Amino acid sequence: MLKALAGGLFLGLAPGRKPAIKVATLAALIGLWFLLTTVTGAVTGGRFPSPAEFWTSLVQINTRGYAGAGLVSHALHSVKLVAMGFLVAIATGVPLGLWMGWSRKVEALVNPVFLIIRPIPPLAWIPLAILWLGLGDAAKIMVIWFSAFVPSVINAFTGVRNIDRPVIEAARMLGTPRWRLISEVIAPAASPMIFTGLRLSLQASWTTLVAAELVGALVGVGFVLNMAQQDIYPGMILVGMLTVGLLGWGTTVLLGMAERRALAWNIAARD
Amino acid sequence: MNGQALPLKESMLLGLLSLLLFLGLWTVLTVSGIVPRQFLPTPLEVASRFFQLLTSPFAGATLPTHLAASFKRYAYGVLLAAAVGVPLGLLMGWFRLLDDIVTPIFDGLRFIAPIAWVPFAALWFGTGIGGPIMIIFAGAFPPCLINAYRGARFVEPRLIEAAKMLGTNDTRMIMEVLLPAAVPSIIAGLRVSAGLGWQSLVGAELIVAAAGVGFMMVQAQGSVQTATVMTGMIAIGIVGMIIDVLLRQGEGWLRRRRGLEA
Repeated sequence: MLKALAGGLFLGLAPGRKPAIKVATLAALIGLWFLLTTVTGAVTGGRFPSPAEFWTSLVQINTRGYAGAGLVSHALHSVKLVAMGFLVAIATGVPLGLWMGWSRKVEALVNPVFLIIRPIPPLAWIPLAILWLGLGDAAKIMVIWFSAFVPSVINAFTGVRNIDRPVIEAARMLGTPRWRLISEVIAPAASPMIFTGLRLSLQASWTTLVAAELVGALVGVGFVLNMAQQDIYPGMILVGMLTVGLLGWGTTVLLGMAERRALAWNIAARD
Repeated sequence: MNGQALPLKESMLLGLLSLLLFLGLWTVLTVSGIVPRQFLPTPLEVASRFFQLLTSPFAGATLPTHLAASFKRYAYGVLLAAAVGVPLGLLMGWFRLLDDIVTPIFDGLRFIAPIAWVPFAALWFGTGIGGPIMIIFAGAFPPCLINAYRGARFVEPRLIEAAKMLGTNDTRMIMEVLLPAAVPSIIAGLRVSAGLGWQSLVGAELIVAAAGVGFMMVQAQGSVQTATVMTGMIAIGIVGMIIDVLLRQGEGWLRRRRGLEA
């Protein structure tokens, strides 16, 4: 399922398509937005903001601030939490997955506990995290860690299990010491799958963070959304949503760059 | 890599050992008082709370009633996502222009976490049943569309050419060529959707709902009833697992019927 998910993140057939249609679609969309809200008034400002209202909200949060801070500091705070939770999840999840893939004993030992905890959606940990750690950053990092941990483990595990046995046997026959076997054979061979897991982990991190900040926070993009909802302020809701999308996009691009760099050998081989 | 799978007996033994370790550690931490009971009740307390909630109400209803309320929203949201996503995906797989128009919008929206729709969902459809349904829809919709689209796009060209040569019109092409060929892909997408929808349901109920398991958990969190929060987590996990198992069985049955490997 995870593989299907990662492959399906995007429709994927877009490159090479005429960019003119893309631009035209975007222009038509903005025109429609303008038409529905400002020109005809079919959609009132209480339901969805007009372009002007959106602009006012954007200017307001950047100059005077909203929900206690400017947009940039809200965004930076959210990025910081996602980065920390994500990194902790990778640092714990990938080694565990590799180890489980390497040793059947470890797999047999860890799997049952994993099977119990896995069906619980990461978002369901939010109330418990708040009880344990309060409304601050620690609770958010904990739930992000939980949500990003599972895909990291599963994909690292699958990556190791899918390595061709002759590759490992050849390395062993040549007397490769154990640590070099792990760092130069196992980890590189599993790395395409590991990166698939990381992409899923990153997406899960953002979903979890936004949910956690909506449930309870004092700063962050989710908190902006929460305040805007309570103030019934559609312009600011839209600002918050677009910020969430932009941050998700930006971090995904960064991860893609890291992947291309780390897997350059593999991509070159594929081409 | 230590080649072969472990003998069944050994792997069961190790599994049992790890579960006992898990429960043992939990019990030791709580009974000894290292972790205050208020924050982590003993396994026994959670179990007894679970059975207690089956009959006695918390936050306005018993656990089964909360679960029923959650499940109703969930079913509506996922069915709506399938009812919109699958046909749209098939249409996009056949009509290039529609594909060109929808794809950039869709790819752009994909970066917005489904849960970020909460404020608009609450504003447009309220916090009763409409708002949560929209959030579940936002979570479950993408895999429905993507898999129907891919299924339709990767139909064997020979089938399409043959149908074209016989003068098949668009409607029949979609209904009788693309749809049947895309069924395995669509079913796989529905299974992913079901999982993501369940996840979104939990998020939606934590934030906007006035009934349901998520609501029960938030109320319990507010009054520091950790055992009730954990009961909610267990209930959510069990129902999610049942949904996944049922869909897997359905998928396997369908694939076998069509002579594919399960």
